[in-house]
Amino acid sequence: MAEGWLQIGLFVVVLVALTKPVGVYMARVFTGQRVLLSRLLWPIERFTYRVLRVRPGEGQDWKEYARSLIVFSLVFWIALYLILRTQGVQPFNPQGFNSAPWDVNFNTTSSFVTNTNWQYYGGETTMSYFSQMAGLAVQNFVSAAVGIAVVVALIRGIVARSGRAIGNFWQDLVRTLLYILLPVSIVGALFLVSQGVIQSLGHYQAIHTLTGGQQVLAQGPVASQEAIKELGTNGGGFFNVNSAFPFENPSGLTNFVELLLILVIPAGLPYTYGRMVGSQRQGWAIFSAMFALFVVGVVVVYLAEQHGSPAQHAAGLHTAAFDGSTGGNMVGKDQRFGIADSALWTAVTTVTSCGAVNAAFESLTGIGGAVPFTNLGFSEVVFGGVGAGLYSMLLYVLLAVFIGGLMVGRTPEYLGKKIQAREIKLVSLGVLFTPLTVLLSAGVASAAPLAKQSIYAGTNPTGFSETLYAYLSQANNNGSAFAGYTGFVQPHAPGNAGAYGLSFTDLLGGAVMLGARFAPILFVLAVAGALAGKKVSPPGLGTMRTDNPTFVFLLVGIVILVGALTFFPAILLGPVANGLSGRLF
Amino acid sequence: MRRDLLTSLLAVVVMTLVLGLAYPLAITGIAQVVFPGKANGSKVSLDGKIVGSKLIGQEFKGRAYFHSRPSATEYSGDVTFFGNAGPNSAELRDAIRENLAAYVKREKPYDRSLTREQVPVDAVTESASGVDPQISEANARIQARRVAAVRGLSLDEVEGLISDHTDGRSLGALGEPGVNVLQLNIALEEAAPLR
Repeated sequence: MAEGWLQIGLFVVVLVALTKPVGVYMARVFTGQRVLLSRLLWPIERFTYRVLRVRPGEGQDWKEYARSLIVFSLVFWIALYLILRTQGVQPFNPQGFNSAPWDVNFNTTSSFVTNTNWQYYGGETTMSYFSQMAGLAVQNFVSAAVGIAVVVALIRGIVARSGRAIGNFWQDLVRTLLYILLPVSIVGALFLVSQGVIQSLGHYQAIHTLTGGQQVLAQGPVASQEAIKELGTNGGGFFNVNSAFPFENPSGLTNFVELLLILVIPAGLPYTYGRMVGSQRQGWAIFSAMFALFVVGVVVVYLAEQHGSPAQHAAGLHTAAFDGSTGGNMVGKDQRFGIADSALWTAVTTVTSCGAVNAAFESLTGIGGAVPFTNLGFSEVVFGGVGAGLYSMLLYVLLAVFIGGLMVGRTPEYLGKKIQAREIKLVSLGVLFTPLTVLLSAGVASAAPLAKQSIYAGTNPTGFSETLYAYLSQANNNGSAFAGYTGFVQPHAPGNAGAYGLSFTDLLGGAVMLGARFAPILFVLAVAGALAGKKVSPPGLGTMRTDNPTFVFLLVGIVILVGALTFFPAILLGPVANGLSGRLF
Repeated sequence: MRRDLLTSLLAVVVMTLVLGLAYPLAITGIAQVVFPGKANGSKVSLDGKIVGSKLIGQEFKGRAYFHSRPSATEYSGDVTFFGNAGPNSAELRDAIRENLAAYVKREKPYDRSLTREQVPVDAVTESASGVDPQISEANARIQARRVAAVRGLSLDEVEGLISDHTDGRSLGALGEPGVNVLQLNIALEEAAPLR
């Protein structure tokens, strides 16, 4: 296991080292300062504003900001749905795929517009290259930029001492795309191609194998999509088996780089935050809370997977590692990643709301599988999705300030601003909306006869895990899956012969994703509006500090408390039951 | 409201053109010029004939070849899915038990001391991708005796080929080492053709 720990340690070190430079760069972008790429991109930026008829620098209050965001997302939702529905008549479709059914398209559209990338379809058997490039990958960029815009607006609200403006949505959107997401994606995509990720527009190729058999190799513009899929914490695979497929992720090195792409923005944002509020310690405090929860998850899932599963042991298989063999639970894992990189990926993709996978989650051991559940149960505040993670965490910070204030008997203040009834009401709604959506939808789906067909594993803890995880993942805009659960029956036949959608599951999931994405965004923007323009009072002796270990401890405690109280009973019935009982079903 | 709508419509068009077409097509153009082999799937050939991709595993049967890992998709390169066997699944137990028995039965005649305890996990479990191109080094070492005997090569020669086709950890540290089964079998065909 030493080599495994070494790789995990190396990843953590590189990630932490990148935090500051990335954080500084993003802070400069969001505050309109010059950066390395300004000379090249400023003319393009100015031109874009002219084309889009945007007046840069024109401040919006929270309602105007929210309206722009909602209208923009709605128009893009319609555009994407139309693209997917009319796939059959579009170019770049060498395999001649027709559109998936309407209900599956509803789910997929909602999924990509909300940065979830939950997938009921298999990419290589359903989507044309046009749909992948011009439909889905565009949303990988845009939905990520929307998430980042919201956190930037919230930060401005926290900082602003006068006026009601929290920035300009269009400007935040364009700058995020132009200065952050697009340049990194270009470099990332070219690097991935240089390592073997494919990038072509040709036909799938039929090949005579070495022993005279037939194998068809899927093709596609994969690298360009892979880069933004990870960077924007989207996670929607070009292929059905996502980043486990060698054409998406061919080696230990690509795996490492893809993991970095997933975490680099979410981990850099707390630093950006510290810089924008004028106190780097505030940023590090939030980073520390996230980091602590992340590391615990990695350790647990690695140890659990290395131990092996009850089914393996019952079959008489020895799961200890020895010279030349990784040992452990290799069911649903590829050799080049082994146990350590699969475990690391599992933790990274579920703390962020990425949801790309390089191993099969449903085959994780009970306790190993409980880690993704727990990470999602924390409402994606442990680094979280790009933007979404930090804005959700800031709600928890305000909650912690409030509870801490009650404990010491002081009026709660955050960065000099009083936290009052209105803010706390909005924060509570923002914090509780997603968990409530999860429990309600998972409850309905568990009870409804219509949803029965979606479950693969049957009536046992694994089957329950599938359902619970499906709604946990969709509500948290993650997109990873206990992939037996389905809303689109594709009988693994070429050309998708005999495929049909399961309307109940598709529609419920789509509605859950939309609600749990945009309702919290509105609450967050409302909080930003409520904080903007509040007077700042200088810190006194009795002010509760929010940049020291005590506060980090309090914050971690509250995240765990809310997550545990909400989800502990449900998680017990699924993965934990599997992990503790060792019974086979 | 009307201004938001107009800007949104324009943004959808502009962003679809730039991010959805210009970006992927430019990357495709560069990739096809600079890395044509890799961009098209890292093909490998035998006697000038393409026989597969070094990144996508193939199924091998018979005693003369190294065998790949079990697969949920029978090594499909265009229809991929996970096996999704749960950790506490009785079916999974039965499948592994069966694979284990078959593996020992196949290799034991060439290595009398082989026991179930020595069989590495990768040899009897399905991968995630369904097309895992690699097997573990331990798995290859066990199969080497059989392949050497059937092909009339010395064990040293076969072990030499194995180490030639073992991909170490990237940069010496990242990922797990593994033996590329297709490339190894191609090398075998070159060193000692079946007929």
